[in-house]
Amino acid sequence: MPKAMNEIFDYLNGLFPEAGLAFDESVPCIIVPAASIKEVALQARDDQELLLDTLMCLSGVDNGDETLGVVYHLDSMTLRHKLTLKVIVPASDPHVPSVDRVWRIAEWHEREAFDLVGMIFDGNSDFRRILLPEDWEGHPLRKDYQVPEFYNGMKVPY
Amino acid sequence: MTESMEVLKEGIASGRLKTDELVLNMGPQHPSTHGVLRLELVLDGEIVVKVIPQMGYLHRCFEKHAENMTYPQVVPYTDRMDYLAGMNNNHGYVLAVERLMGIEVPEKVEYIRVIMAELQRIASHLVAIGTFGMDIGAFTPFLYCFRDREYILDIFERTCGARLLYNYMWVGGLSHDIYDGFLRDVADFIKKFRPTVVEVNNLLNYNKIFVERTANVGVLPRDVAVSYGCSGPMLRGSGVDWDLRRDDPYSIYDRFDWKVCVGDGSAGTLGDCWDRHMVRVWEMEESCKIIEQALESFPAEGDIASAIPKRIRPAKGEIYTRVENPRGELGYYLVADGSANPFRLKVRGPSFVNLSVIDEISRGHLIADLVAILGSIDIVLGEVDR
Repeated sequence: MPKAMNEIFDYLNGLFPEAGLAFDESVPCIIVPAASIKEVALQARDDQELLLDTLMCLSGVDNGDETLGVVYHLDSMTLRHKLTLKVIVPASDPHVPSVDRVWRIAEWHEREAFDLVGMIFDGNSDFRRILLPEDWEGHPLRKDYQVPEFYNGMKVPY
Repeated sequence: MTESMEVLKEGIASGRLKTDELVLNMGPQHPSTHGVLRLELVLDGEIVVKVIPQMGYLHRCFEKHAENMTYPQVVPYTDRMDYLAGMNNNHGYVLAVERLMGIEVPEKVEYIRVIMAELQRIASHLVAIGTFGMDIGAFTPFLYCFRDREYILDIFERTCGARLLYNYMWVGGLSHDIYDGFLRDVADFIKKFRPTVVEVNNLLNYNKIFVERTANVGVLPRDVAVSYGCSGPMLRGSGVDWDLRRDDPYSIYDRFDWKVCVGDGSAGTLGDCWDRHMVRVWEMEESCKIIEQALESFPAEGDIASAIPKRIRPAKGEIYTRVENPRGELGYYLVADGSANPFRLKVRGPSFVNLSVIDEISRGHLIADLVAILGSIDIVLGEVDR
């Protein structure tokens, strides 16, 4: 049976009463504390009631208020429902546990989020930049990002 | 010769001769990587042990561009991601902004958008099929495919002036109305196009050499495809019945009668290169069916510009909108903060996601088969790197 997002929240909150999940109705999405994202993700994938078997999109966002967000858009190919999870971490200490063992594609999405926004995914099996050169400095999608004047002797702003 | 082979074998077996893995760079300037992609291959002789894709040669940071531009100014940049499917890219982006602002577009605009998106799908699949044949060594079908693609590009050119990068779909409407005779031209194209599919089937798709090269090569099992988030022909080739036009309907796709094409493994194993290729071939016929039905019920009246807002400033909010691009799920995660520029626009490109599975499905194959596998994934580097 496909479930609505608030039903999934009630269900997951019943399974993880200690985790401190919260429901944000305006989006809608479930806000998950960084420490419990991995267990919640695993449960969401394997639970017979949820079966959220694909991670369709993982986005990194700089919220502009000293916090960074990671947004997970999940989909169930069998039950045909969707779920949005959100993890919010402080920009000064942006550690998020990796979910690349839960959905394999997360490895590349997390590398991209690190590359452009700069959160650190602990446990990602191949954690390095993906789109920008390895020796690039900074993360361009941070709101406080300053475009460097030179990169390896080449002028950057054109 | 046999004697020296014996000596070699004995040397390896006894440990006196050392064998080692070889790292070989394929690309970034290699004709079969379809753009500037570099594959770092770890080889054991001619057998692929590991593939490490290195991307970013075409990176322009579209997402950074988008943050520094007003909402309508982003549209031309979406064309430049997947440059073979500009119409579909426009469609996804304008849908995201329209849903965020709650804009209902006129019926006529929806019809034109669907016709354009499906024509673009055919054009894109023609490139995929033609170049895939060429990767394998079949040159003639490529010419047939590109000849037919020209007809579509001519229709696009007469409508909006551009052949590749259209900036055609705007938030709330379209940049140009259709020209007199557009409907007739599209109907003519469908008539001209159908025999080509038969020709390409005879020349390429059921050709013994082609089948030998693609069947049982690069098998992508269903669960791996789902775990890697594959979409489009890649996912359907593995037997998963999933198409966003039907499963997460947008625009007016729910009004038409068509079916989702799924691979059946009839040439070899389910999920091999041949299945992925054939899903594209079959999908072109389904697109024809959608276009024909859209032409039949095309609304006579309508103003394409009536819903274009004077001021495009969505209220604070966020949305994830996705459309079925020729390569799979094209998603836009758009966060608005009430200003004239997007606060954050993340693109989930199907080529990027589909490419990630290449290591998994190429292990143990020959280098020549890797070329077939890469061709069957059908990536556009403009979108992988964005």
